[in-house]
Amino acid sequence: MITGQFTYFAPTTIEEAIQLLDEHGFEAKILAGGQSLIPAMRFRLSQPGVIIDINGIDGLSGIREEDGNLVIGALTRESMLEGSHLVQSRYPLLADAATVIADPVVRNMATVGGNIAHADPANDHPAVMLAYNAEVTAVGPNGARTIAIDDFFVDFFENAMEDNEILTEIRIPTPASNSGGAYIKLERKVGDYAISAVAVQLTMNGDTCIAARIALTNVNPVPMRAENAERALVGMTVTDDVIETVGEEAGAECDPSPDLRGSIDYKRDITRVLTKRAINLAIERAH
Amino acid sequence: MTYHDPGKPKQIDDRNEYHSEKPEGVSSQVETTEEIRVTTPPEISGMGHRMKRKEDPRFLQGKGNYIDDIKLPGMLYMDIVRSPYAHAKILNIDASAALELDGVLAVITGKDLEAHNLHWMPTFQSDTQMVLPTDKVIYYAQEVCAVIATSRYIAADAVELVQVEYEPLEPVIDPFEALEDRVIVREDKEVKTNRTWHWETGDKDATDKVFREAAHVVKQYMYLPRIHVASIETCGMVANYNSSTGKMQLYMTSQAPHAVRTVFALVSGLPEQKIQVISPDIGGGFGGKVPVYPGYVVCAVASLLIGKPVKWIEDRSENLQADSFARDYHINAELAADADGKIVGLRVDTLADNGCTDGQASSSKFPAGLYSICTGAYDLKAAHVSVDSVYTTKPTGGVAYRCSFRVTEAVHMIERMTDILAHDLGIDPAEYRLKNFIRPDQFPYRSPTGWEYDSGNYEAALKKAMDMIGYDDLRGEQAEKRERGELMGIGISSFVEVVGAGPSKDFDILGIKMFDSAEIRIHPTGKALARFGTKSQGQGHETTYAQIIAEELGLPAADIEIEEGDTDTAPYGLGTYASRSTPTAGAAAVMAARKIKAKAKKIAAHLLEVNEDDLEWDVNKWQVKGSPEQAKTIQDIAFAAYTNHPDDVEAGLEATDYYNPPNLTFPFGSYIAVVDIDKGTGVVKVRRFVAIDDCGNIINPLVVEGQIHGGLTQGLAPALYEEIVYDENGTCLTGTLADYLLPTAVESPKWETGHTITPSPHHPIGAKGVGESPTVGAPPAIANAVVDAMWHLGVRHIDIPITPEKVWKALREAGVQD
Ligand SMILES: Cc1cc2nc3c(=O)[nH]c(=O)nc-3n(C[C@H](O)[C@H](O)[C@H](O)COP(=O)(O)OP(=O)(O)OC[C@H]3O[C@@H](n4cnc5c(N)ncnc54)[C@H](O)[C@@H]3O)c2cc1C
Repeated sequence: MITGQFTYFAPTTIEEAIQLLDEHGFEAKILAGGQSLIPAMRFRLSQPGVIIDINGIDGLSGIREEDGNLVIGALTRESMLEGSHLVQSRYPLLADAATVIADPVVRNMATVGGNIAHADPANDHPAVMLAYNAEVTAVGPNGARTIAIDDFFVDFFENAMEDNEILTEIRIPTPASNSGGAYIKLERKVGDYAISAVAVQLTMNGDTCIAARIALTNVNPVPMRAENAERALVGMTVTDDVIETVGEEAGAECDPSPDLRGSIDYKRDITRVLTKRAINLAIERAH
Repeated sequence: MTYHDPGKPKQIDDRNEYHSEKPEGVSSQVETTEEIRVTTPPEISGMGHRMKRKEDPRFLQGKGNYIDDIKLPGMLYMDIVRSPYAHAKILNIDASAALELDGVLAVITGKDLEAHNLHWMPTFQSDTQMVLPTDKVIYYAQEVCAVIATSRYIAADAVELVQVEYEPLEPVIDPFEALEDRVIVREDKEVKTNRTWHWETGDKDATDKVFREAAHVVKQYMYLPRIHVASIETCGMVANYNSSTGKMQLYMTSQAPHAVRTVFALVSGLPEQKIQVISPDIGGGFGGKVPVYPGYVVCAVASLLIGKPVKWIEDRSENLQADSFARDYHINAELAADADGKIVGLRVDTLADNGCTDGQASSSKFPAGLYSICTGAYDLKAAHVSVDSVYTTKPTGGVAYRCSFRVTEAVHMIERMTDILAHDLGIDPAEYRLKNFIRPDQFPYRSPTGWEYDSGNYEAALKKAMDMIGYDDLRGEQAEKRERGELMGIGISSFVEVVGAGPSKDFDILGIKMFDSAEIRIHPTGKALARFGTKSQGQGHETTYAQIIAEELGLPAADIEIEEGDTDTAPYGLGTYASRSTPTAGAAAVMAARKIKAKAKKIAAHLLEVNEDDLEWDVNKWQVKGSPEQAKTIQDIAFAAYTNHPDDVEAGLEATDYYNPPNLTFPFGSYIAVVDIDKGTGVVKVRRFVAIDDCGNIINPLVVEGQIHGGLTQGLAPALYEEIVYDENGTCLTGTLADYLLPTAVESPKWETGHTITPSPHHPIGAKGVGESPTVGAPPAIANAVVDAMWHLGVRHIDIPITPEKVWKALREAGVQD
């Protein structure tokens, strides 16, 4: 449980960090909260030769509303989401997720940017951000670019950024009125990754769902949207039967692998159940 | 299901008959009360006081002294190369690259140990265990060789550089397949079979007859999975061999330092007076730190060969994958009742998967530990119990994890079976237990498997638990919820423990009798030092032993220093496990204190110039009968023992006692759990849990409650969360705490505790052990509650851990949807 050897850099500006990334390329890893990277290094599953610690860079942390978006700096700790009045009062899906990621000790260190950049299908923020239709800002040697969240998760533990880019912020569009969201996660015990979890963000017009995005955690090799489920919901007058169908679609379209958290059948079925519960809660919050 | 090889002799229970040696004129019938007896003022804090633990200030301030806190000049570090296979031939070990790394001093292999005949070692259960392999590995994560380096970091890097060439062999994971002997795990054994031993007890013919005549019989197979003690501190050692004095100091995480010293002496050939085992503060043991593991031996050998101190600290994953494993019992049980529904007989066949070595540390007469306590709290006509043990390619099993040698397995089985039978007969499980309990007037009670229960009042404990939880109301609530399709269950466990091993006639470890010891020295100023052969790992001995002595001698508990764990200073004893410290060493403290009291009387008589017969004891002084103002306190007497003692009395005020208990003690209790089940996900939530424990007279209620809170959480753990899982290759899948699921405060209900007091008639202060009762008693209460919630759906049994998926599967099979 001791890491291999590595060289450690602690840049204080983004430019400096990008230069180091550019120089060391594939060999280098950014260190944010370290809650995913350091365990992997201690088990020697990951043996980067160079560590670039970005915690000393100013301006990468913070939560604010700006131009119709909630802007979350990459180095914002999970615990700051829990403590943010803005998040708690206006972004219930994000607020739900913030209390079920890992445990309080991990949340004091873990960052929102790291959680997304890691592109771990077991992490909770990918599904949350997919449901919110968020955008990610990546800064590299050629400046900043915006990546739509739908394009961000490209493969198992692989995101759309280049090796020499840094994720600097995440932008969540401020929900329209009559919108509601919910994140429901089933875990084996506190601090566990999800057996399955469902993120729902929707907008209602009376009993009709006029927009919805549904995304799933840890039941697919890549963080995924449940698009069939979304189609079964959007434009519908929402009844128990409709919700049942949406749940069934979500359970059917995910692709879980069997492991200690459960069999494929179990994961599909609870994805169905959790989807229904998340939709009901989101609708309740939309009204 | 009887597996023994007919060609091999069976080991039949050959215990001596138990008859408690009770003092003349004393009845074994004891009353049950609820009031904790207190006879000393708070300044003295003898028995019954809620004294805060004396050890806690140092733990709370981070000033404990654990193995990893020990740093000696010039100390080297050891790290271990482990096998990626469960079963494989070792073709070659190439350590050259590791040895080239700066700071690496040595790589120790099985061949190196073989040269000193140290590549195998005996276990406490008369089996043998590989220290390091010379030709094959027989479990995943097995120690293959060890690297010694100048720093922990270099040692870890060097481990990566050792090249080991393996030829994989077929693993043996399923114990039922192991019985077929197609692949032999232990080729070192003369007889090429995986069968280890067969043991039986009880009366087979009488039991068969009872079953033939029975009106109702229920049968159930159940599996108690392999689990791990997962103490916060892993195993570790600092071995410090001084080549000029020939003295070997072993700082180690051991619950039984004296026994370990003797075994080290026998195995290594070092003279025993030159071996000093020191167990400093221990961060949890739970039985896992009773056996000697390969790492300890290699670390000691490394220090011996290099002549410098060597430290070895297991990391979390090594600990979870290589040692400290318990349970792994496959049980086929049958329970019979007569036409009136009275339980009459129990028949049990068991297959014990002990992994590659039987690592149990119980007495040689009890290869299956005290499993035959499995008739529990019920008055049966006959019982027969058999156990077969097999080897598999898993790490050494058989640790008595917070349980007095297989009692958890026994209690789980009988409490599950009783519930199944009650439900089958359509009788409420509480009512059914009350109908079948051994009655208070039947004690001392001889069980059909040969135990003499010292005292008990099972009815009182269950009734108190039912009152506390509001049993009848809960049944009403359950009926209403069931109408609405909601799932709620109530589960009871009325367990009987058997602890305090044990009487010399039957209990030994490698021939060493299982007494324990206390040595008390009263200093001239009236302060005391007491040393014990046991070793606390969180049980609170520094407080409770002091309170026992305070009770006997009237010295303030705060004035009594308790020491354990250093074999150079403490009297010989067998250590702390199996809830044995109070029944054995606690009794020794009483006896030693009484010897001191007798000597103190002589001194007091001398000081008061009266005849000894004219004196009577009162709390903390000898006083003249009829004129209590003429008295000498224990402090006065202590001073006189060094300054003014009678000519015919030796100076000093000390005594030692090696206590041989006349019988074991039989603590008991009744636990009731209430669970709610989520039909959609299968998640079980323990909503309430009431625990009534009876451990006889209570030394410190606060310590007892603390033990029970911890133990209940460790009972919740295997009931719902913990299991060591292997894949088909024998690879351990639960090697981190991310997958070996220790419950936290979030998963635990608010534990509601209470007690009844039924003293042990043979223990000098009427106390029984308590540390393990909750771990033993809790799992079946929870399992029974889950099945109780689903019985109407046709669910009869679910093996622990009761994961959401198991519940979900049972619900879906029963047609329940959400
Ligand atoms: C016990 C435990 C339980 C956990 N449970 C959960 C859980 O239930 N749900 C959950 O979602 N997560 C869980 N986590 C993961 C935790 O939330 C991680 O911290 C998070 O996934 C990564 O964030 P980090 O800041 O720690 O990133 P790090 O570990 O520092 O980095 C992770 C990866 O992202 C890269 N990276 C980080 N920041 C940036 C950036 N700004 N730009 C580009 N690349 C970057 C790193 O190079 C690295 O490859 C758990 C972690 C632990 C230790």
